[in-house]
Amino acid sequence: MNTKELIIEKIKEKFSESVEEISDFRDDLSITIKKDQIVNLGKFLKEDSDLQFIMCKDVTAIDWATRKKRFTTVYHIYSFKLNYTLRLKSNIDDDPPTIETVTSIWQSANWYERETWDMYGIKFLNHPDLRRMYMPEGFEYHPLKKDFPVLGIPGSLPLPNKAD
Amino acid sequence: MGLEAVLQKDGFLTTTIDAIVAWSRKSSVWPMPMGISCCAIEMIAAADPKYDIARFGSEVMRFSPRQSDLMIVAGTVTYKMAQVVRRIYDQMPEPKWVIAMGACTSSGGMYRSYSVVQGIDQFLPVDVYTAGCPPRPENLLNALMTIQEKISKTKARDFKNRSLAELEHSQN
Repeated sequence: MNTKELIIEKIKEKFSESVEEISDFRDDLSITIKKDQIVNLGKFLKEDSDLQFIMCKDVTAIDWATRKKRFTTVYHIYSFKLNYTLRLKSNIDDDPPTIETVTSIWQSANWYERETWDMYGIKFLNHPDLRRMYMPEGFEYHPLKKDFPVLGIPGSLPLPNKAD
Repeated sequence: MGLEAVLQKDGFLTTTIDAIVAWSRKSSVWPMPMGISCCAIEMIAAADPKYDIARFGSEVMRFSPRQSDLMIVAGTVTYKMAQVVRRIYDQMPEPKWVIAMGACTSSGGMYRSYSVVQGIDQFLPVDVYTAGCPPRPENLLNALMTIQEKISKTKARDFKNRSLAELEHSQN
């Protein structure tokens, strides 16, 4: 059994109810899971002795703009044992968008989730320190949302007064 | 004719305070290297033996704004960084000058975006703009020479006598 088949089988065995989609595109395996199961799935993938996805390489999001489930969070996790990177996805339909944090599983997700919150406005519930990552404190918008203008909102970011 | 020749002939020379002050100022413009991104590499190159910014008396890159006369803003200034750039500028004692080095600092350059200030002249009094992305070291040296020319036309009384303590931002 190759790596992908092993992963798919393991996930289907425990999460057949919650898996929405499994796609294999250009050798990249993506699992779409219901958002209330993301923590359980992550915990399982990390702790299962055959899989050991112990490293979270990235957390980001997609803004689909017009879809009913507007946001999708994307997680890239890596197993040293299998030498394999797996992508997890989760569609979010509530407004404002929220999803449970995965920092309890992977510490490295802390800053990734802060970045995703900063850029997309997705609230990660029970995150230990959900502050903005890049934009200044007090900024009211989330710049990577599709309805945010590229040139920003005039006056939303303060500049120092002109020096004499 | 060098200074030595004059002094050997007569043993003295006459000048005005304004001229001698302006001459000393323009011959020792100490830069504050505000290297924020790629332009900084060209700014560093200007200080190496090939381009040799020391020829103009500006080899003393001071990393303390309190010892600098010229701020070379070399790189993309974001709105978040603008606060920092301004705070450092405010800590420089007068008289002081600013070079906006490269496209980003002059106009935002290719970063026509929500996070980048579209020209640092929105919050700093810029003396010389330098074109290029990044500008070559010669271009920076040319900017420096332009500043020197500007300084040579100043009079000693042109500048306000303000102590550091009076400056609003330097306190914190």
